[in-house]
Amino acid sequence: MKELLALTALEAHEAMVAGELDAGEYTDAWRAAAAGDELNAYLWRGENGDAPAIAVERPCVAPVAVKDIFCTEGVPTTAGSRILEGYRPPYTATAVGKLIEAGAPILGKTNMDEFAMGSSNENSAYGAVLNPWDRGRVPGGSSGGSAAVVAGGLAPWAIGTDTGGSIRQPAALCGIVGLKPTYGAISRYGMIAFASSLDQCGPFTRTVADAALLLAILQGADPCDSTSIGLPNAPRLPDREDLGGLRFAVPAELASDSIEPGVREVFEATLAKIEGLGGEIAEAPLPHAEHGISAYYVLAPAEASSNLARYDGVRYGMRAPSSGDVIEMYEATRAEGFGAEVKRRIMLGTYALSSGYYDAYYGQAQKVRTKIAGDFKAAFDDFDFVVTPTSPSVAFGLGEKTDDPLSMYLNDFFTVPMSLAGIPAISIPAGLAEPSGGGPRLPVGFQIAAPAFAEQKLLDAAHALEGAIGFDARPEGVPGG
Amino acid sequence: MAELEAVIGLEIHVQLATRTKMFCGCELSFGDEPNVHTCPVCLAHPGVLPVVNEQAIHYALKIAAALECEVAPRSIFHRKNYFYPDSPKAYQISQYDIPIAGAGRLGDVRIHRAHLEEDAAKMIHVGESGRIHGSGASLVDFNRGGTPLVEIVTEPDLRSAAEAAAWARLLRETVRQLGVSDVNMEEGSLRVDGNISMRPAGSEELGTKTELKNMNSFRFLERGIEAELARQRALLEAGERVEQETLHFHPEDGSLHPLRSKEEAHDYRYFPEPDLVAIAPTEEMLLEARESLPELPAARVQRYREELGLPEDVAALLAADPETAAYFEQASKEASGVEPRVVANWVTGELAAALRQEGGEATASASKVEPAALASLVSMVQEKKISHGSGKTVLAALVAGGGEPAAIVERDGLAQISDSGELESIVAAAIEANPEAAEQIRAGNGKAIGAIVGAVMKETKGRADGGEVNRLIREKLGG
Repeated sequence: MKELLALTALEAHEAMVAGELDAGEYTDAWRAAAAGDELNAYLWRGENGDAPAIAVERPCVAPVAVKDIFCTEGVPTTAGSRILEGYRPPYTATAVGKLIEAGAPILGKTNMDEFAMGSSNENSAYGAVLNPWDRGRVPGGSSGGSAAVVAGGLAPWAIGTDTGGSIRQPAALCGIVGLKPTYGAISRYGMIAFASSLDQCGPFTRTVADAALLLAILQGADPCDSTSIGLPNAPRLPDREDLGGLRFAVPAELASDSIEPGVREVFEATLAKIEGLGGEIAEAPLPHAEHGISAYYVLAPAEASSNLARYDGVRYGMRAPSSGDVIEMYEATRAEGFGAEVKRRIMLGTYALSSGYYDAYYGQAQKVRTKIAGDFKAAFDDFDFVVTPTSPSVAFGLGEKTDDPLSMYLNDFFTVPMSLAGIPAISIPAGLAEPSGGGPRLPVGFQIAAPAFAEQKLLDAAHALEGAIGFDARPEGVPGG
Repeated sequence: MAELEAVIGLEIHVQLATRTKMFCGCELSFGDEPNVHTCPVCLAHPGVLPVVNEQAIHYALKIAAALECEVAPRSIFHRKNYFYPDSPKAYQISQYDIPIAGAGRLGDVRIHRAHLEEDAAKMIHVGESGRIHGSGASLVDFNRGGTPLVEIVTEPDLRSAAEAAAWARLLRETVRQLGVSDVNMEEGSLRVDGNISMRPAGSEELGTKTELKNMNSFRFLERGIEAELARQRALLEAGERVEQETLHFHPEDGSLHPLRSKEEAHDYRYFPEPDLVAIAPTEEMLLEARESLPELPAARVQRYREELGLPEDVAALLAADPETAAYFEQASKEASGVEPRVVANWVTGELAAALRQEGGEATASASKVEPAALASLVSMVQEKKISHGSGKTVLAALVAGGGEPAAIVERDGLAQISDSGELESIVAAAIEANPEAAEQIRAGNGKAIGAIVGAVMKETKGRADGGEVNRLIREKLGG
């Protein structure tokens, strides 16, 4: 057998089921690895026996790292924000509850951009997460911690959330698999809300098969989440090896020059691999997708401005000292507790919902959202999938984009349209490319999007392509396999 | 200047008597220790989501059916955003542009809409003012937070404070009989606010309105609206303008105070609640709501008027309360051959008076007077077996101790004197005993007859038929 930490979660699961691997020993090995976190990727680790108890007698599921946006009873949960410092929720999120019920120990809670707002993980109140491939670069965001622990050999797999690309983009920048399921596939109950109509939980894994296994545990309708419906069939492990008879659409609007040359090269090489597996590639119009970012940065902040209004210092979390009345206490707490990006989005969203501006901003953005969903629907009449690079660039340097929010927002250019349309999309590592400014080569992600609830088809195709790509690079010192 | 006309619309908040809250599983309560009926959802912990209470939807549909409202095929929830400690999410989940129930009617008043929402938590301001400003500290009790509410908004169809209070009573009875709310104004399970304006009589345009709050009884509702109408009238007659504002009624002295602007939200930034899906009632749900309706006061008044020929005021008195209505209908059925109008008059007149005389708060249905006993009493009076006066005597005995009217008449010797010879001789004796009155009657002073009638009644202990006594006196004296 391979070295313990080199096993994929599926391999470990099968070995535990077969009695060839001791679950305690396996989990301990991961706890030890997690304890060596030099990436600032974990905010809390359950190494001292204070992790939530698992609900099965004989655990046979790999331990999991959980983005700190999921409420875990009695365990600190901050969403990367100062305003929730010291908060220990009185309940556990449904998704985490399902992991515990399945017998997956919780390894720890991972760092993230504050309230999931960011594309570099630099907006965490608890410091930036470092990219395991190059510690001078960002891991992407907002689920940067979850991506970094899986890529950095600090967890076999992890869960995160994706609102406009927060699973797919960090997965791409860290060279692992990230899946954003269909909106409604996994319960949002207990997942701290950023933008409720877009937020969706999903897996970070080393392989597509692991993603299928984790999705199977997480998915399902939840009576505590009226917008959850689960998947029509429980996902099974993907086994497809070819792409014969499948049609892949490349958006015609991709011809923009905003893509790094190295990323474009890997993207085109991947298209050739698809054809090599029997898949068909053609251009298809997604005429409204280019307005996705504009619509997203109205809708998501609008919902966030309301979702984040509850953090007022009254019932839980941080309270700033204030000698004045309750309104002054609110103001002092929110001024001190929220970071700059969160404040920027609360301001944006409050403005967009204000009387007299609602129709011009929120109303208009909803119309764009409907148009984008319509574009995908039309594309899926002729195609099985839509493919794009996951991110226009490889991982960028720490501090490189922090002063330029707009350039930071453009990281989500390829991921936001799928979020607005509510459809599933996966990012798989497709190769390495040199950054535009030069330096060692870094991972490039390839995004595949499918119609709503077509997760099985998506996983099957991604699995076939993964085999053809044969990506086996690892950051230095991380066990591969 | 033309005569001014009051234009009043009401906004009524009805707390639904569901078992649990609108969006979580906490039990509803009143008067329990503070903050015991709470959970992560109604305390707005991070990550929680609301789930709509199905019973609340059924109740709202019953109200919609009772108010003859159109029901929206797909109504949605909105978030109403505002910062205040009574709202832990800092938004209230309410309905905005597509409420569950649209246009309807109750009695003479049109309903504009009715929608579902959640109640705020209860604030207790510690200090002299009892309001947030100037108080030393504020306490929040989240037990009430999240209680299901139906807000009913009328069109501005009411024209006086008395009319508004009477209609509000009709609404309360209607909702009470649906069994969907306690409708207790003092406990706040029914809250009525007024939208009040004045305009020249005959004008179609609406004047500037004010919103009047905190009237926690029907009496205060009427007094509050009267006070506000008087204030507006004085302003308008002095050539001044009414400012649009929200006023708080102080029941202690009947005064009105504007709420400070900080307590009023200016921009609620409504947007569709992304955590909930649309309410789409099925045909079965709508049918069930309609079929579950009892006969409601407004329909009963109409039936009493049209089928039983009762005057409107008597019909309204009987129809308001279902027990009284059932009592009347039972008595009327037993009193065969007697017009329902006569039985109705006995229930709302003599019986109500006798119950008041007895003290207490007993209603007809809760009294010792069985409907059958009242029926037989009314029949005896109608058939002139006993006089009307004796009837009241028997009724007093029934109120005090129950029993059978016939037995009481027998026991107390109250049967009407049917022997005309006996009555004639008593009348003759009375005339002889009152020569002055007899002289005046002969001289044409009809009023003097009372003294002689009184003497006859005294002699017969009320057993004589008053009409017959009058006839005999006039026959003898030619008055």
